[in-house]
Amino acid sequence: MTHLDGNSLAGPLSEFFAFDVTVAVAKCEGCGSIAELARAMVYSSDAGSVVRCDSCGQVLMTLVESEDRAWIRFTGMGAIEVARTPTAG
Amino acid sequence: MSDTIDTTAGIRAVPRAGWHVGTVVAVHRETPNATRLELEVDGWPGNAPGQHLDVRLTAPDGYTASRSYSIASSGDSSRVVLAVDKLPDGEVSPFLVDEVRAGDKLELHGPLGAFFVWRPGGDHRPVQLIAGGSGVVPLYAIASARAEAGDETPFRLLYSVRTPDDVYFARELKALAGTSAPLRLDLVYTRRAPDGWPTPPGRITREALEAAVVPAAQHPLVYVCGSTGFVERVADWLVGFGHDARSIRTERYGGM
Amino acid sequence: MSFITRGFGGRSRERDDRLPPGQTLVHDFPVLSAGPTPEVDTAEWEFTIRTESGSQSWNWDEFMALDIDEVSTDIHCVTHWSKLGTSWRGVSLDTLFEHVETEYDYVMAHSYGGYTTNVPLDELLDGKAWVAFEFDGEPLDPEHGGPARLLVPHLYFWKSAKWVRGLEMMPSDEPGFWEQNGYHIHGDPWKEERYW
Repeated sequence: MTHLDGNSLAGPLSEFFAFDVTVAVAKCEGCGSIAELARAMVYSSDAGSVVRCDSCGQVLMTLVESEDRAWIRFTGMGAIEVARTPTAG
Repeated sequence: MSDTIDTTAGIRAVPRAGWHVGTVVAVHRETPNATRLELEVDGWPGNAPGQHLDVRLTAPDGYTASRSYSIASSGDSSRVVLAVDKLPDGEVSPFLVDEVRAGDKLELHGPLGAFFVWRPGGDHRPVQLIAGGSGVVPLYAIASARAEAGDETPFRLLYSVRTPDDVYFARELKALAGTSAPLRLDLVYTRRAPDGWPTPPGRITREALEAAVVPAAQHPLVYVCGSTGFVERVADWLVGFGHDARSIRTERYGGM
Repeated sequence: MSFITRGFGGRSRERDDRLPPGQTLVHDFPVLSAGPTPEVDTAEWEFTIRTESGSQSWNWDEFMALDIDEVSTDIHCVTHWSKLGTSWRGVSLDTLFEHVETEYDYVMAHSYGGYTTNVPLDELLDGKAWVAFEFDGEPLDPEHGGPARLLVPHLYFWKSAKWVRGLEMMPSDEPGFWEQNGYHIHGDPWKEERYW
């Protein structure tokens, strides 16, 4: 089975977050590499999506969706860094 | 932490994603295996060049299927252009390519993704676009946005495609290559080349890739889109040529 | 705001009394994975049962020398597909646990590649589960879990861990990979135990 990039999760994640989580920067707790989630590897199937570190393969995040609920787990990463749009003045 | 990540180019606020109803206003046979759909999307907030959207189909028994497609257009307009390749065992693409006609309504979620985006008016770092097959769609959106803005950032597109008949946006790309700040277009044919083409058809080699891309010394931003296998191979070679991995953005669409 | 898409039929569905609720019959064998497919050579393959007091391991040749069962069974994936009458060859968990002493009642299956799934021990014994290495008369493909996978056909198929490399006895029921991420701790298809 081949994988996709983290950017492929922009749609599903935008159902739950008010910002585009795929451009958030996260540090992998496995190998310490720091990257946007868009750069991670995504293994998707009807069962759910598993996001893995592009450098070491550790699971960073999982997304499971049923018809009426979703489960989002940030397993293998520490704090995520989110860019803010500076306000005028 | 920010020092190590290039957050300057592309990753900026993009229009808020939402669910929309798109009405198909034009259907155009793009290649023997692909269709271009032009949609008028009610409430579409516009989109940045390189973004994608999700199409959701619903069957009478409630079954739904949803797939992502890159957007070939950009800007504030509520007109959205898609170009869809028909996958042999696909569930959604054969429907979009063979079944959809003008007047049909499609459920769309977007615009999506702030990562695989390039906007005119930035720092003029040279840009190298690399497409495998239908992976050209978001790259065409990026190249068009540059031309429309009159942006003179050096741009180069390397496009790997099966045969001359399979080239998407053939006329439009030719036009972009003929402007005063031209897009430099390099085509690689993998199955059949035009008569008199200097190289025999075949998968792009490491040497051919190196010769056809903006050299690493010029620190280009690189956008690669295609099947997972194509993107993996190209991205690995680029890093081998000395390109900074942080300057390479990829969009894999699966397959082999 | 969902509406029916003109001309879209979706998947054709066959109904059958042997199908648990919410399941659809398929004739292919869909592949679901949480990561890259591990390439495990039978020369390096090893299967271990670990208890509170020790462990017992088999290499591939030792494993092949055990009693082998032919199994014909229906399988049910939580993603709504079922296959009827699939045929497998493998070693029964009854055989593997014959000389294993443990006070613990719960099992965590571990796979090459890091996948885990939990099953109570009494749901693995009495002819209910196998470690299977052949499907449809052929060695099990890596994408379907080869060289060997757990086969627990009375539970949803995510419990039938692909690339299985061992079982760890546990004093209490702990969730495995999917069970930590939204899926049901038990997973009985006839009760539709899909999610938490």
